Amino acid sequence: MNYIDPHVHMVSRTTDDYERMALAGCVAITEPAFWAGFDRSSPQGFFDYFSVLTDTEPKRAAQYGIAHHTWLCINPKEAEDPGFAREVIDIIPEFLDRPNVLGIGEIGLNKNSRNELEILEAHLELAAQRDLMVLVHTPHLEDKLKGTRMIMRTIAAAIRNQSRLDPGRILIDHVEEHTVREVLDGGFWAGMTLYPDTKCTPQRAADIFEMHGTERIWINSAGDWGPSDPLAVPKCREEMRRRGHLAETIRKVSFENPREFLSQSGRFRTEVQPTR
Amino acid sequence: MSTTKPSSPLDRSAVIDRYFMEHRAKIIDVAAFLDRVERAASATGDPLAGLDDFRLRSLRAAIEVLLDGQSERARRILELLSDPGEAAIERAPMKGATGAWDGFEGGEHRSEADREASP
Ligand SMILES: [Zn+2]
Repeated sequence: MNYIDPHVHMVSRTTDDYERMALAGCVAITEPAFWAGFDRSSPQGFFDYFSVLTDTEPKRAAQYGIAHHTWLCINPKEAEDPGFAREVIDIIPEFLDRPNVLGIGEIGLNKNSRNELEILEAHLELAAQRDLMVLVHTPHLEDKLKGTRMIMRTIAAAIRNQSRLDPGRILIDHVEEHTVREVLDGGFWAGMTLYPDTKCTPQRAADIFEMHGTERIWINSAGDWGPSDPLAVPKCREEMRRRGHLAETIRKVSFENPREFLSQSGRFRTEVQPTR
Repeated sequence: MSTTKPSSPLDRSAVIDRYFMEHRAKIIDVAAFLDRVERAASATGDPLAGLDDFRLRSLRAAIEVLLDGQSERARRILELLSDPGEAAIERAPMKGATGAWDGFEGGEHRSEADREASP
């Protein structure tokens, strides 16, 4: 059964991982721009990173029949210097016409600071001006609940101020048991990240589907350079299958839902484009 | 807003059969961790130093949630481990997170002497 991993940082993974994901049924991925584990020393560092996300990775993925898409931004962990962050935001528009760019992401908050909030607002403004979709990162661990609420309040305030942002075109990622309900009730899409220790396990993700339903919600591996598992999505599918969930339910959360959300961009494909 | 909930296809005994061993191991891990913390030498010479660390207090309070008879334990423990504030902080002090809120009150350490003192 085919699946989509809608949040994975392949720049931090080996080509073997592309092969293993393809063997497990992965046909498409989306890769949000993130903190690569170190601070980049100049906006040029981000220019190079955006080139990797829009050129190198799509080619690497295509070798395994995986359609690669991306989201661009300066992540909140490098947004504590707003002057620097704005210089990076200024170079995003020259990449927005690349065929695999779906929107702005993963923007959001990390420690819930004023500077992070200012840069979140700047990204939201860019997304609204360009009518782009948005992928939102919510903070880790003890900072998640507060940060998720701050992010939703910020988006609501922008919408009150005539912004063109639409919660139906925004996915708020890394939800857990304490944030999933508020995110869905806000009209947003929700993402569950399957991590060994710090986010949802496949078992808890299956529990959350059972408690909160399968509308406007997806699962992802968020595989990156830290403890993470690029095969987490098929492992969650297997957990659901072993519990006896219907094949159509499993397909909905791991294929239909991400396809429905991402297709709003007009650029999402589940097949590799030969002309790319 | 309509939501379809795929309620768990497993009955209760199947859930227990499927998951008991995994969670038996996890609760013994928690017990062994708390023992390990107590056995470890104090860095300051004060034998109680560190036992009121906010992470340990949060963990003890979380364990109480497991036994309070109320549902939604996972959600409530995650809330207990969360910063309850609303306002943005002035500056990010670091990039990482510790897993518990450093302002948490409660979950005091109880020693054997405390237990003997309060029957
Ligand atoms: Zn990510």
